[in-house]
Amino acid sequence: MRRLLGFITKEFIHIFRDLRTLIVLFGIPVTQILLFGYVITMEINDSSIAILDLSKDEVSLNLSDRLCSSGFFRQKENLNGYDDIERVLRSGKVKAVVVFGEGFGCDLITRGKASMSIIADGTEPNYATLVCNYITAIVNDFSREQNEVETGTVFLLQPEVRMFFNPELKDQFMFVPGVMAYVLIIICALMTSITITREKEFGTMEALLVSPLRAGHIIVGKVVPYMVLSFVTLVVILWVSWLVFELPIRGSLGLLIGISMLYILLGLSLGIFISTISKNMQQAIFISLMSLLLPTIILSGFIFPVENMPKAYDVASYLVPSKYYLIAIKNIMIKGLGIGYVWKETLAMCFMSAIFILLSIKNFKERLQ
Amino acid sequence: MRTVLYLIRKEFKQIFRDVFLGKAIIAIPIVQLLIFVPAVTLEIKRVNLCIIDRDMTSYSRGLLEGIQASGVFRIKQLTLAEDEAYSLLNSNKSDMVIHIPLGFGKDIGRGNPVKIMVSVNAINAMSAQLSWVYLNGIISGMNMDIALENIGSLLPTNLKQVDVTHRIWYNEMLNYKHFMLPGILTILITVIGMILGGINLVKEKEIGTIEQINVTPIKKHQFIIAKMLPFLAISLMDLAFGLVLGRIFFKMPFVGSIGLLFLSATLFLIAILGLTLLISIYSHSQQQFLFVAFFFLIIFILMGGIFTPTDSMPLWAKRINLFNPMVYQMRITRMVMLKGSGLIDIGKDLLALLTIGITLSVLAVRGYRKAV
Repeated sequence: MRRLLGFITKEFIHIFRDLRTLIVLFGIPVTQILLFGYVITMEINDSSIAILDLSKDEVSLNLSDRLCSSGFFRQKENLNGYDDIERVLRSGKVKAVVVFGEGFGCDLITRGKASMSIIADGTEPNYATLVCNYITAIVNDFSREQNEVETGTVFLLQPEVRMFFNPELKDQFMFVPGVMAYVLIIICALMTSITITREKEFGTMEALLVSPLRAGHIIVGKVVPYMVLSFVTLVVILWVSWLVFELPIRGSLGLLIGISMLYILLGLSLGIFISTISKNMQQAIFISLMSLLLPTIILSGFIFPVENMPKAYDVASYLVPSKYYLIAIKNIMIKGLGIGYVWKETLAMCFMSAIFILLSIKNFKERLQ
Repeated sequence: MRTVLYLIRKEFKQIFRDVFLGKAIIAIPIVQLLIFVPAVTLEIKRVNLCIIDRDMTSYSRGLLEGIQASGVFRIKQLTLAEDEAYSLLNSNKSDMVIHIPLGFGKDIGRGNPVKIMVSVNAINAMSAQLSWVYLNGIISGMNMDIALENIGSLLPTNLKQVDVTHRIWYNEMLNYKHFMLPGILTILITVIGMILGGINLVKEKEIGTIEQINVTPIKKHQFIIAKMLPFLAISLMDLAFGLVLGRIFFKMPFVGSIGLLFLSATLFLIAILGLTLLISIYSHSQQQFLFVAFFFLIIFILMGGIFTPTDSMPLWAKRINLFNPMVYQMRITRMVMLKGSGLIDIGKDLLALLTIGITLSVLAVRGYRKAV
């Protein structure tokens, strides 16, 4: 036990000696949560559109006004002819062009029917879909109002919506937990994988291996200091996201911290595992980043809902540690659920950490022989 | 010039001497590209519904049929217990609960308005909003039908209807692969250039071999160029690989000029490598380099418009993005590949990349001290 304590002290000294890294370690997660909480958004707001109004009558002007005063769209250009459409879309200046054909208002008044079209830039398919949907919804609202006012028709089906868990529809409820999961696991895995391969590369690992410390001791000694550091980071992150983004913690704080520590342990043991399979720091960094950077963004449910992906990806996503953590913290923080709803995720994370730790110890022992 | 060539040869030897890395820099991007490009779709394929139908008349069934006919919604559960419905919402098994009240059919028949309660799991604000817009659209259509039926005998022109048709240009089928491939490819070449280039220099510092170079007559700019070119070449090669694979596996269109894309990729990589070298010059260990580089990398990736639109960001973020080379490269790649935009359309962006690249490289050359 005293040996282990001595080893842990050594690790702490190593960490605190390098002040720059220490600042970065705390600085990165906090800055990133702050930055990405604001920046990552799927909403449309103030999207640039162009309007080609060949009719220029009261109705079409009225509708254009409606679109631009909705807050979702901003008219960047007024086009004069069909030839302009290609030009503005190709230059990327606007995301969509709204076209009112000739005699739009006249048609609507005399025949009760008029058509308009939206031409959207499909290079960002998601954005294009959103733009089309929003414009259609605004136009539908417009014609419904007109009908209600002019003909006194009352529509019978009146849907009333309640947005559960996130009544203000804040994007942050989706993305702040995502950034947390993302940044925590990468930092944890990078930290441990580098510190161990560093000892290997500089030959100090051999000194450790011939010391009376056991493989398990070395691993515990490497993990404990970083657990402590990460705990501080975690508390700061949670505090910032509560303070700045009003991300609630509706469930039990103890449970949230417990699960987060488990996730941190998982990240650290993944890092140790990576270090046991790589020969030098370069390899370790390469493996850590390549195995975490993209898979975590894409398969954890951070930005993209995994349920909509082809079946094989849904299955593969069960291998991504962040997926479990994300489900668990969203359930605890936003939905306010208890252990009953997160035990599966907890178990999965325990299992994964155990596997990584066992494999690492095994790899360590093999080196001794 | 010859000095630089020798130095470059040395770099290549060092990279490919490491058997693992030599293979990894080619294999890993290819594998990741093939795996991750088809994964992403943001279109809402199915919204799982839980229905509380207290009415059970032909009217309520008609409503449900209409909702299901759209193909977006799928009724997963029918229940009468509200608790059960909300616990499904809690466990993510259903995304939306629609509550049809008792007497729904009767009221519609009499021409009285009826409220339908819709509860949406809104943690993912975007999909919640989108599925609500879809549902609202369907219900509006039904309202129109009912209204037309009721007053059909009177004046059919009384009701006004605006038809909105949409057409999508440049990616008619809204193929997400054609959206993701340029993004993932750009991330991969950035990561490869950054890790290999940066670590390489810091490693020389850590092992001390940099002092051997410092005592030779190699000039500062020669040294920086020699540290930049090999990784530029490797990243460009990965880009070419990725484009070929995209063509073969995902039928990725390429409307514009390939030369233009490579020109912009080169400028982009100079900017990235310039930053990388700048960081590594001021770092004492690989660890320090890595964390700083990682900080920038993540910012570039998540703010670069690869996954989420840059247009919706707040103004201050758009200002930060003026210095983010990824934004320009992403925009150029998508424009050149999908729209066939030419030099006039992307000239400004190229100029911005060039400016960033030159500034960072010059700073790197100036920051590099031969004296230790």
